[in-house]
Amino acid sequence: MIAELGHFALILALFVAIVQASVPLIGAARRHAGWMAVGRTCALVEFGLIALAMAALMHAYVTSDFSVANVYENSHTDKPLLYKLTGVWGNHEGSMLLWVFMLSLCAAAVAVFSDNLPPALRARVLAVQGMIGVGFLLFILFTSNPFLRLWPAPPNGRGLNPVLQDPGLAFHPPFLYLGYVGFSVAFAFAVAALIEGRVDAAWARWVRPWTLASWCALTIGIAMGSWWAYYTLGWGGWWFWDPVENASFMPWLVGTALIHSSIVVEKRDTLKSWTILLAIITFSLSLVGTFLVRSGVLTSVHAFATDPTRGTFILLLLLVAIGGSLTLYAVRAPALKGGGLFAPISREGALVLNNLLLSCGCATVFLGTLYPLFLDAVGGPKLSVGFPFFNRTFAPLMVPMVIAVGVGPMLAWKRGDLLGALQRLWVAYIATAVTLLVAFYVTYGGPVLAVLGLGLAAWLGSAVLVEFAERIRLFRLPLADSFHRAIHLPRSAYGMTIAHFGLAVSVAGFAASAFAQEAIEVLRPGESLHIAAYTLTLQKVERMPGPNYTADDASVQITRDGTQIAVVHPQRRFFPLQQQTTGETAIRTNLLADLYVALGDGDAEGNWTVRAYWKPLVPWIWIGAVIMAFGGLVSLSDRRWRVGVAARARRAPAGAMPAPGE
Amino acid sequence: MRRLIYLLPVLLFGVLAGYFALALRPGYDPQTLPSAMIDKPAPDFDLAALQGDAKLSRDGLIGKPIVVNFFASWCVPCRIEHPLLMRLSQQEHIPLYGIDYKDKPEDAQRLLTQLGDPYRLIGMDREGHVGLDFGVYGVPETYVIDKTGRIRKRFVGPLSAEQVDQELLPLLRQLSAS
Repeated sequence: MIAELGHFALILALFVAIVQASVPLIGAARRHAGWMAVGRTCALVEFGLIALAMAALMHAYVTSDFSVANVYENSHTDKPLLYKLTGVWGNHEGSMLLWVFMLSLCAAAVAVFSDNLPPALRARVLAVQGMIGVGFLLFILFTSNPFLRLWPAPPNGRGLNPVLQDPGLAFHPPFLYLGYVGFSVAFAFAVAALIEGRVDAAWARWVRPWTLASWCALTIGIAMGSWWAYYTLGWGGWWFWDPVENASFMPWLVGTALIHSSIVVEKRDTLKSWTILLAIITFSLSLVGTFLVRSGVLTSVHAFATDPTRGTFILLLLLVAIGGSLTLYAVRAPALKGGGLFAPISREGALVLNNLLLSCGCATVFLGTLYPLFLDAVGGPKLSVGFPFFNRTFAPLMVPMVIAVGVGPMLAWKRGDLLGALQRLWVAYIATAVTLLVAFYVTYGGPVLAVLGLGLAAWLGSAVLVEFAERIRLFRLPLADSFHRAIHLPRSAYGMTIAHFGLAVSVAGFAASAFAQEAIEVLRPGESLHIAAYTLTLQKVERMPGPNYTADDASVQITRDGTQIAVVHPQRRFFPLQQQTTGETAIRTNLLADLYVALGDGDAEGNWTVRAYWKPLVPWIWIGAVIMAFGGLVSLSDRRWRVGVAARARRAPAGAMPAPGE
Repeated sequence: MRRLIYLLPVLLFGVLAGYFALALRPGYDPQTLPSAMIDKPAPDFDLAALQGDAKLSRDGLIGKPIVVNFFASWCVPCRIEHPLLMRLSQQEHIPLYGIDYKDKPEDAQRLLTQLGDPYRLIGMDREGHVGLDFGVYGVPETYVIDKTGRIRKRFVGPLSAEQVDQELLPLLRQLSAS
């Protein structure tokens, strides 16, 4: 009964979405206020309906209603409650429902927070979101319905893949999808602007918060996924250049470019058609990512069960959404006139360079990911090109970018003084040189490239601090004046400083992972292995029952110079239902380095393979990502995005005339 | 002229969509694509082994049907396939030889220490020349070679249990019997 309610809510949502996609668009073209206002209502109603469907599916999972085929295939009564809930999006159908749920959430947010938008623009934005909603609701209802019944109902379910039963992965998809789908707002704004034929600073100011918010969510989502891979897969890697990872990384790269180019549109009224193109491409890459993951045209560790009809359906969606928007772009973009001119050496120039490098970086990832697909045309198979390709192509593009991030913010708009900026960065040269020397001394004989990477991180980190000090004129004015300046800096300036600093922290983590040490030994209880400055002693291995598995739980004592630091418990878990074994690694971190212990196979005589890694600075990778996302949030809190609201609020009491569209 | 630049994105997307459509064509199963080398003599190779001073060469392997698996430590699908290879060598006792493709010996050694070594002998193809001769597009790929040194079957991507039970093992049995 409740499952049917969810099903009907989805069907109803489809019809509401059809209205949302058409009526406001016609209203905007005919300047009919009432028709335009329909968009807002529809977006809210659609959100309510899809939330209802989502709740119905969650209910089916929590109550283990195995008459619902989707629950039978992916759940089990013995599964802990957390994974029953998150199991909702641990499968294809449920994750598509989460996808449209996020989409309707974004549309509802646009409807609620768009008081300062011209009614026609708002109507068109909501209509475009409605169109995307129609496409995906059709997709769910016709090819991936999560509410299909099974009769007779089986006594118990098949259970969720044990590897996915993990808190890190439980919350990874919602963030990732919020990021992916959030870019649909920027996309909708871009298409609406193309229909209107007008892009100006105000437009950029409206788009930017949405882009920033999605970018933050995507940053967190990617970091969580990478962290999950790091601690569950058991061999200490944190990025695999897997097609599914790349599918989330590409929108992130172009989205980062979009955040930067929309600054230029806002401040200098130029780079308009480029920014529009980036907004379209960012969301298109999210869609292509969905296609690649769902259609099975590429092999991946993460891929859901695939099905060619789904692939064909998504391909049609891609053709309409991407082909349609790019055609509109080809027709309307040439009419967008650029405003301000600028010299190559200027803030604008630096941002163009940033865009160029990020887009090229994205293009290499794209080629690497789709290379097997292109080969297919000449009779080749679907395979991964793997680390060697990406390390050789992507890294060389990112190095100049990181260097430029240090200098770019020091340049003035229109015409910058590169020499002056380079002179003012003298502190950064010293910091970089000292870091290089120290790192080289400490790791003598180790990987030279990693030392250079640390230097790069030091350069960026110190350049960011120098830029901030320059901004508040530290040591040039009395301290009190500098402090006063610091307080009055706009939040977006702080956001930039924080996010760029986060990048420096992550770069240090990427680089230092090359210094990792590892030890693999077969130990009997009581024996030890040595790694870095630590001694790891296997004390005992016990068999323990879990909720839906049995675990071999090892007690490993970590000592340094004879003093005990900790006892950690890596496990091997056996899930009888799926006949599958997973490893649960134990990680001891002091934020400067991780000590990572994994338990391997045991034999009949009580010998256990123990793997230990010492990974300096690796936690910084994720700390940096969190700092970047936090920078985005700080920038999001900038007063500038709310200025329109405030101005309107002041106007409202005086003006008795209702604003058009209400 | 200026307008043409604006057409470029949609044209590029059109090409891409064409590739996507090709990949979805009915009956297309990339896992069973035949190699141009099927029923031709395997390319000649002579590789240094991962461990010891032995050599893995084509001539040294002629005389019995064998299975050659291209793998690399940097390849994620190889890790998926690995338990199956362990089963093939330990339970089915099939003569499995590895060619480590574009990889460093220490990385490969680490992989095998972690997951077990299913291979009788491993040749190091550091530059990927042998892979090129075989027509390997990426790793993993698996070849069945008969006792006269001809390639009889090619598996692309990670082997699946069905492929092993329904194709690889019957073929090997048939080759051994003849």
